[in-house]
Amino acid sequence: MSIELGHFALILAFAIASVSAVMGLVFWKREAFAGYLQQGALLQFLLVAAAFGALIQAFVTSDFSLKLAYEHSHSLQPLIFKITAVWGNHEGSMVLWVLILVIMGAAVAAFGRNLPKDLLTLVLAMQSLLAAAFTGFTLFTSNPFLRLVPAPFEGMDLNPVLQDIGLAIHPPLLYTGYVGFSICFSFAIAALISGRIDAAWARWVRPWTLVSWCFLTLGIAMGSYWAYYELGWGGWWFWDPVENASFMPWLAGTALLHSALVMEKRNALKIWTIFLSIITFSLSLLGTFMVRSGILTSVHTFASDPTRGMVILALLACFIGGAFSLFAFRAGTLKVGGLFAPISREGALILNNLFLASATAAVLVGTLYPLLLDALVGETISVGAPFFDLTFGVIMVPLLIVLPFGPFLSWKRGDVIAVTQRLAGAAGLALFVTILCFALTGASVSLAPLGLLLGFWVSFGALAELIDRAKFFRTDVVTSFRRLFGLPRTAWSTAIAHFGVGMSVIGIVAASAWQAELVTTMTPGQVVEIAEHEITFQGIKHEEGPNYTSDAGSFFVRAPGGDVQTAVAERRVYVASGMPTTEASILTYGFSQLYLQLGEPQADGKSVVRVWYKPYVTLIWLGCVAMAFAGFLSLSYRRLRIGAPKPAKATGKTHGVPAE
Amino acid sequence: MRWLLALVLLFALSAPALAVRPDEMLADPRLEARARVISEGIRCLVCQNQSIDSSDADLAHDLRVIVRERLTAGDNDDQVRAYLVARYGEYVLLNPVMAPHTLLLWIAGPLVLVGGGVVVLVAARRKLKLVTGVSGLTPDEAEALKELEGR
Repeated sequence: MSIELGHFALILAFAIASVSAVMGLVFWKREAFAGYLQQGALLQFLLVAAAFGALIQAFVTSDFSLKLAYEHSHSLQPLIFKITAVWGNHEGSMVLWVLILVIMGAAVAAFGRNLPKDLLTLVLAMQSLLAAAFTGFTLFTSNPFLRLVPAPFEGMDLNPVLQDIGLAIHPPLLYTGYVGFSICFSFAIAALISGRIDAAWARWVRPWTLVSWCFLTLGIAMGSYWAYYELGWGGWWFWDPVENASFMPWLAGTALLHSALVMEKRNALKIWTIFLSIITFSLSLLGTFMVRSGILTSVHTFASDPTRGMVILALLACFIGGAFSLFAFRAGTLKVGGLFAPISREGALILNNLFLASATAAVLVGTLYPLLLDALVGETISVGAPFFDLTFGVIMVPLLIVLPFGPFLSWKRGDVIAVTQRLAGAAGLALFVTILCFALTGASVSLAPLGLLLGFWVSFGALAELIDRAKFFRTDVVTSFRRLFGLPRTAWSTAIAHFGVGMSVIGIVAASAWQAELVTTMTPGQVVEIAEHEITFQGIKHEEGPNYTSDAGSFFVRAPGGDVQTAVAERRVYVASGMPTTEASILTYGFSQLYLQLGEPQADGKSVVRVWYKPYVTLIWLGCVAMAFAGFLSLSYRRLRIGAPKPAKATGKTHGVPAE
Repeated sequence: MRWLLALVLLFALSAPALAVRPDEMLADPRLEARARVISEGIRCLVCQNQSIDSSDADLAHDLRVIVRERLTAGDNDDQVRAYLVARYGEYVLLNPVMAPHTLLLWIAGPLVLVGGGVVVLVAARRKLKLVTGVSGLTPDEAEALKELEGR
């Protein structure tokens, strides 16, 4: 019964979204319609939430008369995996996608009371149009509410690889990021239709960009860490098309974040910001298409069952094509904004955008090229990690070199020589630390010192900005500390975010350059050593889990300091599917990790054991966490400023980074 | 998105990826190191975007053995790759060759960088001209200014 109610709720949401979209786009000039569209957005949210709730209920109660629950759940699964199984499949994840989309729409409706009425109407109309398109797609090509008669007694189990806490966290975070950019997209379209775009517009778009970007950052980092511990060979980024699908909106979103800053502060780069808003969400849609259409597995599987793929391709063409046509048609009417010299904060941010846009293009072409070449010419080539490492790296290096200069340059006109002098300390320190690292450990990979130097340079450069603004070494320490904690939160968030970039770079370089690896066979009691860690194999025990059986190999690991920990690495077989998985054991020492994996048992009774020592590997993800934290920090500050300009009780401070 | 990859992966091969086995490894650490570097750039043909170095598929095992056989036979790295391409086609290389049909692939990023740079420069110059044209003093203003200066 509740399943049918959920089904009806989704159909109703589709109807309301369609009506809202048409009404809003036709009557956006009439003030009264803003109220209707606000209500429509809230209703869409309630209805889709009800539909999603119905699915969760069916999964939690193991109602296998629901085809989706039968195919992707099992009565023995722990409760958390019964819930996450809802979006561990195509149909359910589309409902989650739509749910987040309507949550975003409802948030605009709820918090957008002080937006100009016509802008609000247009934005909500665009959100409704997207909601209508994707609820329609879900209902007509991927209906999650289909029943089975007679109902099977037991379900087929969720894919064992997905039975992990990662599935509870990763997709919701990632989708929030992905779909959050729809708001920027809708705002861009609204600006193009109404022909009005000003700093107030940017002030509205920036928080949404920031929220989406933070969630996307966390989502990607979480996905990377999940792959690292679950897929079992210690890799953390594979340049897989599915990863690229989420990475491209992130790159474009990072560019958008910076260009929106210029627009808000200096009223410049308007057209480019609009363009980036469209691009970023288009890349999110493209990612959805690539993942959902099955085109990634092979162009040929796509061709053999093209319904879903063709529908979503058509949606893609309509939204992206429509947006760019509108852009081409209307962008000329937007007024050119403020002036600035090439060497200035604005100029630096443009350079940032240029590099990020090129990096996005390199990843985009690398991802799509093999598909297109196969479809058009029939030649099959592979574009894998070595290609992306090279092409992406070549573009990233200069960006990282100039990164610390950006926050130091003043708006309108900067002095690059003065900035260089102020950064000399950071550069010297970075060089010193890098040399120290290599003196202590010995260089093994030729490019590693340069990579490490780059990481330290970015990190120290970020801190240098805070130190410089607090006037450390130029005035007494107490005053400096007072100044430091009195700095606007935006200065802190810039520094923390850029420091996070540096942390990730250091993590990437260190974990690749100093990684130690050991592949061997062991018998119980045998001892091996890796990176000064002494590992004793204790033997394998057979254990029973809730819905799997496991061979658990335990190890004693003695760290250089004498600290002993037990590591348990498992090989599991899931009962329902008979599918084997491995669960690696990861021990963390400071920022470094020891990664143990139990391989297949050998005929002679020995066990294959693989051990990696990955120095400073956690910095990769901690850097991302720092970036996201910085984003939220900036957001917490901005909250006060959102909305219609009020008579300023604000002092100069609340207006963010001072111009000089 | 990771889980989707995992999903796809599991359709492609239904065993977890476990990579190099101890019995495959060469006794000579130098040769083995070269084998590992080559393996990282060779695609496991039955997998989804995995190198033979990280895949546990039987085919990946066979390819790893072939790489090591060729190396032991005295081939240099390029000869080993050429041998694999001759047998399995370009698809086997994770790092595509630089040739006419992959030219666009290789230059896309730099092209956007250079093209974008040119666009930025042209736009900046035009804007500067546009604005200085407007903000220049009218004859009346110039006169008034002169008068003020003269005072």
